Amino acid sequence: MAGAIWAVTESGGDGLKPVSHEVIFAAQVIGDALDMPVEAVVTSAGDGDAAEQAAAREVGCVRLIEDGKLAPYTPDAYTAALRRAIEAEEPGLVLFPHTYQVRDYAPRLAAALDTGFVSDVVGHRVEDGDLVLVRQPYQGKLNADCVFTGEGPNLASLQAGAYLGDEAARGESPAEIVEVDVDLSDVEVRTEVLDTFQEVEDTVDLSRSDVIVAVGRGIGDEENLEIVRELADALGGQLAASRPVCDNEWLPMDRQIGSSGQTVAPRLYVAVGISGAIQHIVGMKGSQTVVAINKDPDAPIFAVSDYGVVGDLFEIVPELTRRVKEVKG
Amino acid sequence: MKIIVCIKQVPERDARLRIASDGKSIDETGLATEINESDQYALEAALRLVEEHGGEVVVACLGPDAAQESIRRALAMGADRAIHLSEDAFQDGDAAATARALAAAIETEEEVDLVMAGLQSDDAGWAQTGVLVAERLGWPSATLIMEIEAEEGGLKVKRELESGWFQWVRLPLPAVLTIQSGINTVRYATLKGIMGAKKKEIKTLSPDHLGLDAGDVGEAGRRIEIARLYEPEKTAEAEMIEGDDAVKAADVLVDRLQKEARVL
Repeated sequence: MAGAIWAVTESGGDGLKPVSHEVIFAAQVIGDALDMPVEAVVTSAGDGDAAEQAAAREVGCVRLIEDGKLAPYTPDAYTAALRRAIEAEEPGLVLFPHTYQVRDYAPRLAAALDTGFVSDVVGHRVEDGDLVLVRQPYQGKLNADCVFTGEGPNLASLQAGAYLGDEAARGESPAEIVEVDVDLSDVEVRTEVLDTFQEVEDTVDLSRSDVIVAVGRGIGDEENLEIVRELADALGGQLAASRPVCDNEWLPMDRQIGSSGQTVAPRLYVAVGISGAIQHIVGMKGSQTVVAINKDPDAPIFAVSDYGVVGDLFEIVPELTRRVKEVKG
Repeated sequence: MKIIVCIKQVPERDARLRIASDGKSIDETGLATEINESDQYALEAALRLVEEHGGEVVVACLGPDAAQESIRRALAMGADRAIHLSEDAFQDGDAAATARALAAAIETEEEVDLVMAGLQSDDAGWAQTGVLVAERLGWPSATLIMEIEAEEGGLKVKRELESGWFQWVRLPLPAVLTIQSGINTVRYATLKGIMGAKKKEIKTLSPDHLGLDAGDVGEAGRRIEIARLYEPEKTAEAEMIEGDDAVKAADVLVDRLQKEARVL
C-alpha cells in the first residue's frame, strides 16, 4: 500500500464523535508502523468544530469535504463524495468507524472502487511490513486475520472501543485544514430523508445504574423473566437485556444493552443466558465486575467476565437470588 | 411486486465450531445449519409484502449443495422459487465476490422491484453483501430496516440508527433493503408448505450463465484474504465456577462478589 492513511471521522452536533478519535488513533499507530502519513477526513460542515478538533490531533492535514448534498446524510451523496475524494488524493488505506452510517455507505464505496473492505476490525498486527487486520466472525467466537489482496486504496472499519480515542496524539500546532472539492451537483440523491426521531422519549437511563442484571436469549420464554427480575431486585439493580429479548418484546427496547441500545459501565454486571455477541459486548465491556451465567462453556461472554458459572440458569439464578438475600439480610 | 430475497445458510447459533485443517475455515462435517437469522426476517418481510400487494418472492442463495436445505425451508415458508449459486467456483468468496455473483444472478431476472437481505450474516458478519449488491445493480439502498410501507412507485421505510434513534426514508423502486432482526415475527413452515416446496423450482446458474469469469467470483474474486482463523485468546481470565450444583455455585459466587470483588 502506498499513499496516506485516512481516518474518516463522523460528527454530531457537538463536533467529532468519540469513535472518530479512535479512528485517528488507529491511523496514527498503523501509520507509524507502516511509515505512512496520516490524514483526518471531516465530512459535512456545520457539525460544531469537527474540523478544528481533528486538526488538534497529530495528523498531516485535515481534509474537509463540504457540499450541500451531504446534509442530511444519504448513502448516494456520501458514496459519491468519498469516491471522488479518494480518486483525487489516492490514499493507500481508508479507516472508518464501524458505525451504522458507515455500514450504510462504505460497502457501496468499496464496490464503486472495486476494492477490499475489512469491516468491524478489532485490532491489527504488522508482519513483514504487511498489515494484518483482525476481526471476529462467528458472533465473536473466533478471530480471523485478514489481508488485502490489492494495493489499494483499501478500506477498513473499526469496532467502537477497539482503539483508545483518548490516546490519539495531539499535534504541537493545529494541522492545516485542506478543502477537497468534490462538487456533487451532478449526483442524484435517490433516498429522501423524511424524519429522524427518538422512539421512546422517556427512556430508562441504565448508564446511571450501579448494578445491572441483563438477560439474553437463553431465558427461552417471556414467562421465565421473573426469576431474573427477582435477582435484579435482590441485588438492588436494574433489569436489562440483549437484543433478541427486546426483539421478542419481552422487555422494552429502552432496556437493551449493546450497539443498538445503551452503553453501560456499572459496578456489577450480571449476564444471564447471554452468549456475548460483539454487538452486546461493546455495550457492557466497561463494567467493573462482570458475572456470566451460561450453559455453553465456550460462550464469548466468558472472555469478558471476571466470574463465570457454567450451568443451567433456571437452577442457578434462583439459588443466587436466595443467597444474595441471605447475605444482604 | 417481484422481490428477490438473498439468504445464506450459516451454522446454527449454538453449534460447536471446529476449525478445518486448512486453518482458514470451519469444518462443516456434521455441522447443524440454519437460514441466517436476519435473512429469515427479510424473507418474512418479503412474503408479507407480496401477500398484501401481490407478486412473487424469489430466493437467491450462494452456497454449496448442502445449502439446499435452507433453500427448501425458504420455499416451505412460502417463497415461490429459488436461484442457487452452488458451483464450486462461487464458493469461499469474500463479501465482494459473493455480491458480484448475486447481483449478476439478480440481473438474469426480469422486472425485479426489490431485493432484500439480512443486515449481516451470523458467520462472516461482514454486514456488506446487501449494500454491495445495490451498488453493483446501480440501485438505491437503505439499511437496518424496521418497517416497510409500499407507496406508488416506491417505498417508505423506517431505518434504525444508533442509541434509540430512528429515521423514515423514502426511496424509489427498484431498490435494495437490508433488514434488521426483530422487524416481524418469522412464520414456521407448515406441513402443507413443506410438501409444496418439493415441487418448486430451484434454478442453478454457473458463472458462464451470469457472464462472469471464474476469476470474478468465489475464492478467486476475493479482495480480502483470510490468512488464519483461530480461537481468540481469553482477554480477562475469568474464574470459572462449576454450575452443576446450583446451591454450591451460588455460595461460591456470592462469596467472591463479597470478599474479592467487594461489590455486594
